[in-house]
Amino acid sequence: MEKTPEAAPVRSIKDLPSEENILPGTPVCAGCGGLLTLRYCLKALGSNVVIVNAAGCFTLLSIYPFTPFKSSWLYTAMACAPAGAQGVRDALDVLIEKERLDPEDDLKVVVLTGDGAAYGMGLASTSAAIHRNLDFYYICYNNEAYGNTGFQQSEATPFGSKTGTTPPGKTSPAGKDFPEKDLFEIWNSHKPPYLATISPAHPVDLINKFKKAEKYRGPKLFIALSPCPPGWATDPSLSVKLAKLSVDTGIWALKESVYGEVEHTYIPKSFKPVEDYLKLQGRFAHLFKPTRQEETLKRIQEMVDDYWNRYKLLL
Amino acid sequence: MPDPKNVEKMMLTGNAAAAWGVRLAEVDYIPAFPITPQTEIIEKLAKWIADEVMDGRFVNMDSEHSMITAAGAASATGVRTFTASSSQGFLYGFEMLYTVAGWRVPLVMVNVSRGLSSPITLEPDHNDVLAARDSGFLQIHCETCQEVLDSILMAYRLAEDKRVLLPVIVNLDGFYLSFTREPVEVPDVAMVRKFLPSYRPEHAFFKASQPMAQGVAALGGSLYSYFKYQMHLASQKALEVYKEVCGEFEKEFGRNYDTIESYMVDDAEYVLIMTNSFSTLGKVAVKKARENGIKAGLLRLRLFRPFPAADIKDAIHSKKAVAVLDQNISIGKGGILYSEIAGCLYNEKQRPLLLSFIAGLGGKNISQKEFEFIFDKMLEGDTEDVGMPRLLYTEAEWKEAAKLKEIAGRG
Ligand SMILES: Cc1ncc(C[n+]2csc(CCOP(=O)(O)OP(=O)(O)O)c2C)c(N)n1
Ligand code: SF4
Repeated sequence: MEKTPEAAPVRSIKDLPSEENILPGTPVCAGCGGLLTLRYCLKALGSNVVIVNAAGCFTLLSIYPFTPFKSSWLYTAMACAPAGAQGVRDALDVLIEKERLDPEDDLKVVVLTGDGAAYGMGLASTSAAIHRNLDFYYICYNNEAYGNTGFQQSEATPFGSKTGTTPPGKTSPAGKDFPEKDLFEIWNSHKPPYLATISPAHPVDLINKFKKAEKYRGPKLFIALSPCPPGWATDPSLSVKLAKLSVDTGIWALKESVYGEVEHTYIPKSFKPVEDYLKLQGRFAHLFKPTRQEETLKRIQEMVDDYWNRYKLLL
Repeated sequence: MPDPKNVEKMMLTGNAAAAWGVRLAEVDYIPAFPITPQTEIIEKLAKWIADEVMDGRFVNMDSEHSMITAAGAASATGVRTFTASSSQGFLYGFEMLYTVAGWRVPLVMVNVSRGLSSPITLEPDHNDVLAARDSGFLQIHCETCQEVLDSILMAYRLAEDKRVLLPVIVNLDGFYLSFTREPVEVPDVAMVRKFLPSYRPEHAFFKASQPMAQGVAALGGSLYSYFKYQMHLASQKALEVYKEVCGEFEKEFGRNYDTIESYMVDDAEYVLIMTNSFSTLGKVAVKKARENGIKAGLLRLRLFRPFPAADIKDAIHSKKAVAVLDQNISIGKGGILYSEIAGCLYNEKQRPLLLSFIAGLGGKNISQKEFEFIFDKMLEGDTEDVGMPRLLYTEAEWKEAAKLKEIAGRG
């Protein structure tokens, strides 16, 4: 295990770094939870970064001839951002080794993708990068669907969600009628040095996780549940509230793992009912109207309860 | 001319010659994924790097899609990069061929040609490499092991030239060249350095003090066209740069590789057009035809992208007949090279009868009989269905297929 000394943890929102490494004026939607997440992540990472991006909403952050980033950027394709990160990291190492690049000019290599790439098409290339112990960060902003193409089902789409390709209908009143993949567990099975879930409603927890991750050489992986107003059919002003509710209902567990050992970093004192979160979102509206889908709602609550029971953390 | 002291003669397979080219180019970085018949290239390089006879970094990737991505990304970061594939692997990474070409980075890649599934097979034809025809990669197709080594050195010079900055594919035939040993002159590295200095990127790199956005989106047709046109113009420019590189290569190493090779073409009336290792068979057939009093010649396309239209026109416009042997098939149309050559001759006032033959698919032999058939058609001035591809297949092959079907109970 290679470690560098740990920076002091941030205690309150007032201690968040004031630097901004992504500047205003991007074309993403108002209230994009992913963008807020990214903004916090880049506060933690600084500007000596090269972002390696996969196809998704954030591909449209850098549109010729503009970029909102203070850092560097490479768009690859949907399946292969981690492979791009491999090439960049290896090349930087070679250049430094051969004294063709000043070590001061080194960069942190950061993969940035949505859940569609992370949970699905890019899973093999990510698994391989973790397997090779590539020294990189992975930020997955998880809006629980293919956002850029207009919100179709991804492998992160939860049970009961309506998407463009899981329309609620006679044969599938729930919309998507099976649950999402557990990417945290899939990644964790590789025992990476650092892995965490984060939320744009918990920036202190987020920043501290990045600070902790910094100590490790190898894959440092982050998954953020990120509200998406157009896809979730919610008002942009509700994004932070929804991110907070996702944590308070227990739907999005804030946790981290160091070399495979999982710990929860925030456990709500009392869990709110999942309905509080679901009923605010148009993508779940069919579960309430025209008739309440009692079984489906019950099952969603049970899945959350089961999760926390498994960790014996349900109070 | 090279000092013989600086050159070692070795018996090398096409694959080993490719590996030697990479070693002599002092490549920094090699992401790899194995596929028959390319594996010998990457295994050799892995071993040399493990033994520290080569100062590079080798990484085993999870697929060709990832491999080409990593290769392009490393090239975009500023190191000299190599990778290699074939057939199924080449197509598996296809999305990234276009992507990396658009990054305008000087990656050099070897493709060891092999027929495409299905049916799955092992021996060569050129549907794999020709699929990348429109991607922006330049393409050099080789006939001999020596040419493979030399072309890799030339490819880096070409790709890294500021006027070009496009990646290059060097193609060799699986089995017939990849596994065939030939004597190869291996120059020493000091000589190579004179021809190919180390890569110092000026256009594409990543460093903290100079942030750069690469591979960015270009929305709207006008910006998209702007970049695509630039690629096309750079590729066209590469024709001129290629001639310079060729001249310097000849000066340094004493071997000349023009965009096309004209074998007995000058005074020929009937010309075969071929590419890659099967051209050797064509040359034998040309000699035989000459013995029979036919003024035959063979034109081998070496540089396929950019397309050396002017050189081709010059070489064949005044011939009586030209037969294009396509070792590929565009299903429902015919030979890919045929269409390209027909296209470049169309506006010529004087132009030959142009016949199309499909041969050598999946490594199928091209027999002397088949060559004789081709010459007969040229001599006849056969205009029946002119332009339609003739699918070469011998009677013996037909009988063999029938026999096998019968044995399998499908007769
Ligand atoms: C190989 C390939 N297939 C399909 C697409 C179309 N596509 C572009 S973005 C995207 C969705 C990506 O979803 P996700 O990773 O969740 O990111 P988001 O769009 O939500 O930001 C798709 C399917 C593509 N770019 N490439
Ligand atoms: S569709 Fe959703 S994830 Fe994509 S930019 Fe808009 S809000 Fe963000």
